[in-house]
Amino acid sequence: MADVTFTVDGKKLTAPAGTLLIDACRAAGIEIPAFCYYPGLSLQAACRMCVVRVEKMPKLQTACTTAVTEGMVVSTETDETKQARKATIELLLGNHPLDCPVCDAGGECELQDMTFKYGAHESKYVETKQHREEQKWSPVVYFDRPRCILCYRCVRVCGEGMDVWALGVENRGVTSVIAPNEKDHLDCEECGMCIDICPVGALTSGTYRYKTRPWEMNHVGTVCTHCGDGCKTTLGVRPTDDGVEIIRGDNRDKSGINGDFLCIKGRYAFDFANHKDRLTKPLIRQADGKLAPVSWEQALDFAAKKLGEIRDSRGGNAIGVIGSNRTTNEETYLLQKFARTILRTNNVDHHRTADYAAFAAALKGHAGREASLRDFLSARAILLLGNDPTNQHPALAWQVRTNVRHNRARIYVANHAEVKLRRQAKAAVDLPADAYASFVEYLAGKDGGFEANDTSAAFRDAIRQEESLLVAFGSEFRGRDILVLVDFGLSLPNTKFACLGDYANSRGAADMGLLPDLLPGYVPVTAAAHFAEEYGSALPTQPGLDLVQMLDAAGRGDLSALYVVGSNPATRYGIDPSALKNTFLIVQDMFLTETAALADVVFPAANLYEKTGTVTNTYGDLQLVKKAADKSGVRTDFEIIVRLADKLGADPKQLVPFGKGVRADFGQTRGAQSGEADRHAVWLAANHLEPKLSPFDPFAILDEIQRLVPAYDVPRLNLLTGNDEHLKSELVQIDASADRRDLVLPSNDLLYTSGTLGRYSAKLTEVVESHTILMKPAEAAAD
Amino acid sequence: MAFLTTHPDVVPLISYRFGKGATSIDKYLELDGYKSVQKAIAMGPEAIITEMKASGLRGRGGAGFPTGLKWSFVPKQSAKPKYVLVNGDESEPATCKDRLIFEHDPHSVIEGTIIAGLAVGAKMGFIYLRGEYRYLLKIMEKAIDEAYAKGFLGKNIFGSGIDFEAISHTGAGAYEVGEESALMESLEGKRGIPRIRPPFPAVVGLYGGPTIINNAETLATVPHIFRIGGAEYAKLGTERNGGTRLFCLSGHIEKPGVYELPMGYNLKKMIYDVGGGIPGGKKLKAVVPGGSSTPVLLPEEIDIGMDFDQVGKAGSMLGSGGVVMLDETVCMVEFALRTMKFYQHESCGWCIPCREGTDWLKKSLTRLHAGGGVDKDIDNIKYLAENMLGRTFCPLGDAAAMPTIAFVQKFRKEFEDHLDGKGCPYHHSLEHEAVLA
Repeated sequence: MADVTFTVDGKKLTAPAGTLLIDACRAAGIEIPAFCYYPGLSLQAACRMCVVRVEKMPKLQTACTTAVTEGMVVSTETDETKQARKATIELLLGNHPLDCPVCDAGGECELQDMTFKYGAHESKYVETKQHREEQKWSPVVYFDRPRCILCYRCVRVCGEGMDVWALGVENRGVTSVIAPNEKDHLDCEECGMCIDICPVGALTSGTYRYKTRPWEMNHVGTVCTHCGDGCKTTLGVRPTDDGVEIIRGDNRDKSGINGDFLCIKGRYAFDFANHKDRLTKPLIRQADGKLAPVSWEQALDFAAKKLGEIRDSRGGNAIGVIGSNRTTNEETYLLQKFARTILRTNNVDHHRTADYAAFAAALKGHAGREASLRDFLSARAILLLGNDPTNQHPALAWQVRTNVRHNRARIYVANHAEVKLRRQAKAAVDLPADAYASFVEYLAGKDGGFEANDTSAAFRDAIRQEESLLVAFGSEFRGRDILVLVDFGLSLPNTKFACLGDYANSRGAADMGLLPDLLPGYVPVTAAAHFAEEYGSALPTQPGLDLVQMLDAAGRGDLSALYVVGSNPATRYGIDPSALKNTFLIVQDMFLTETAALADVVFPAANLYEKTGTVTNTYGDLQLVKKAADKSGVRTDFEIIVRLADKLGADPKQLVPFGKGVRADFGQTRGAQSGEADRHAVWLAANHLEPKLSPFDPFAILDEIQRLVPAYDVPRLNLLTGNDEHLKSELVQIDASADRRDLVLPSNDLLYTSGTLGRYSAKLTEVVESHTILMKPAEAAAD
Repeated sequence: MAFLTTHPDVVPLISYRFGKGATSIDKYLELDGYKSVQKAIAMGPEAIITEMKASGLRGRGGAGFPTGLKWSFVPKQSAKPKYVLVNGDESEPATCKDRLIFEHDPHSVIEGTIIAGLAVGAKMGFIYLRGEYRYLLKIMEKAIDEAYAKGFLGKNIFGSGIDFEAISHTGAGAYEVGEESALMESLEGKRGIPRIRPPFPAVVGLYGGPTIINNAETLATVPHIFRIGGAEYAKLGTERNGGTRLFCLSGHIEKPGVYELPMGYNLKKMIYDVGGGIPGGKKLKAVVPGGSSTPVLLPEEIDIGMDFDQVGKAGSMLGSGGVVMLDETVCMVEFALRTMKFYQHESCGWCIPCREGTDWLKKSLTRLHAGGGVDKDIDNIKYLAENMLGRTFCPLGDAAAMPTIAFVQKFRKEFEDHLDGKGCPYHHSLEHEAVLA
């Protein structure tokens, strides 16, 4: 719309006609208070805090419902508006319990801030306040009714934002109260968005309530360790007697890739860190067959000695390495480098949850065709093939819903299941579970044997008429099917793609070369020359064994050692414990998982919230993980790998090419809780000085990644300041064979599960148990 | 207390068929029924609106917005269906005029609705009765059935080629849904909460379609305008206040009831002549001129004509036509409390000033009346009401605030007399709480 010019508090402002006055003012730095107004949700005009004086209007007007018009003259802070706001606050405080000293929101409460600003300091009433008992709505959501100011944000974010509609308003007048539509409990996705959006302390979190005051925590913005969406989560941490504990997860930093959104896992499922079964000491299997705690030195010596012997006697091909979907890019990269240069094996793999290699290959030569998670917020049309984003990619589902609501985006869903996003769809097609590939051929106008009908014909016609399309596909697509799908998409005018995999760094695991045939950046092991040059060491050029082959080889007695980092293949791949009895098994993990229980050496590892590095979400958005918590006894996977290499006699400087300086401080623990390290890093980066001072510094490895994988060569400063950077070019530079074995095994997680890790979250477990009718995960997932 | 009453000054226009059995369509037809709508069909939309503007009819719900003008706001072209809505959610205390219309002349509402539909091109009308009027629904439904049976509703009404459907519906008992946009929410099956405006109903109303919403009396008047002609109708009233309206006299009055009088009729005469004065020779203390939300008038302020402009000039409002007389035995604090109890109970709770303000006003007035008042209470009550006025989401907040401010301003001494633990000097002066019920 055309711009209009208007005056606010004497300032001339310009904004597109139709812009809400409150938005126009905020954009210009003029703060207008509001409780009920929330950008992106429907308008309420209920709190009356945003009243302003508009010339020629008889009454005060609400800035949240007034559109700017040419020549409008507005005053926002006059005696009249101040008095109106003060009176409103006085009324709110009339029944408010004023229990700020114990309230969770004390210190970060909009009602407190407004009272402070408008000075409603006098109690005008002597009658007893209206009191109601607090209610528990779910394991994670509590409602303290008297604190509620009825701004209806929770009702709207649940309904409009989440498409869950679990909340409503009960009664009328002064007895009005927010209530679950299921009377006494929430029938919902337990996302906690209602808590996040509550301007006061009425809605409180089951994990955090009454634990501390906001100012007694440090707040660290990092990336969620669970699904592949890579939401930014802000962890509230405080020191304990054995480290630093996380006591709150929320989305106070709304600048992340997830915008306003955070799901149950990003918000509550950090408690695995304090699980009673957390390993804090290395374990070695003793002569009696039992695992017993030993010192780090003993464990590292023992593991390195055995690995070295096997390598030197039987060669690297007798050793296998299985990596993780949740370690950082730097750790993942380091692991494959360790395997290839020090263990001298290409037997490297991980639990694959999507065929990223095939996707990367299909996009070779098509830079800019991979969609960021952010693109789902603005795409005009989205084709969703397979997957169930509501369960597996909640942030993606949020972006889609928001896009539909704000921009009327057209959503096309083709699925074999009744996925919830169908409610947002303009058109939907039911597919047999095995018909995805033939359906794509059908869309492309080829005869792939798909049984068409009127619905699918209309669907196809609508897709083909779209001028731009975002195609997101699940693990139903692998190998050549992805190529066919991408080719079809590229035949349309302007198409972007997203390949949906399962965990925080599943994408990174593939991109960083945790594959037997491909190096970082999907470079075939047969074309490893420039890697060898950078590494200063020859690399094995024969493709190694994949995960299943390694396990088979172990069963045959052909694999003498297996090094498992942050993965639990024993359950997911149905390994018979006896199959590994002749294999020297090293596992590093947080817990004694089914796999760790079989190990000869177990290293207690840190989790993603206890380290620094980068992760790549399933859309190719790179983000910085910041160390938030700490646990005495555990070490990062990065450090364990470096120390193992050191014990194996390798030169750590060659493995981690950190700076030549003399100040080898063990950077990972340096002041990270206070954010000092981050600020320090920002300062150094701004001055072209990077903190490459330690063999445990992940940035030294990130430097190398950026040299070898051009797509990862994105601006560092933006990452350091907590923003996401979409991989800038296509990943694949060198063609690899298209005929690769399909080893994708989706983990089938639901909203409340997160593989092996999720089982150690007491809160997730409690939620799963409270939802009696909830589908239980079909299989126990890995990682 | 909706008595059928008369007086020589009564002009039986809207009440023309009251008490004559016009609930039956045959009787209605005998009494010139459904002639106006046929006239309107012949005139066409533009001429209908011109006629309405000429009549000077102003909305009888309380705000007094010119009806013809309101109709002219509806866009001619609309992708969505247009609707006519009859606001029969008559809930303003002291108002009982629509009830008589539904009870005695339901067809006039139907006929008026069809004419409004013709004027704006709507094909459907909804007749919404307040929840407490459920017993009138039967009468309304029967009338609608009869009109369908005669072909006055449905396809091709009166052989004109025009279709028009009508449906009646009742609320669930909420004053708030008398507010037009809240009524639409209610009719759509949602909580009775008003909508943000603009857009106004004439552009985006029921189910998102352009909607004409008028008070039941307003629409029941329409056929009579076409019966006698807009100009003739206008002449019955005063300048800019055309025609007659139903006044509901209640409270301390000798002959309570509903009287149809010309707009601009003198209030003093209405009380002492039409209504027969105050019973028992008692002195008049105050008059509520247009339903409980209108500021109270003192005896020295009642020598005014009862039209929107003159009552407005006297500092009150003509409102819904509910005129309440209060004699010298009435405790004004108790009356203010009784009024506030109503608004506190009926506040929908959507916005803060009304939801919280009415409750604190009620609590303060309760305590003050019971003798627990302190000095600052009186100013506090006024402060609260003043800070609600003009600040609420919908006019219900104003409706609660306006009379309260007037009570304190005009009867401050009575409030003060309740202080110092003295309590109410009047004992149960409102012998019948039902005065306002």
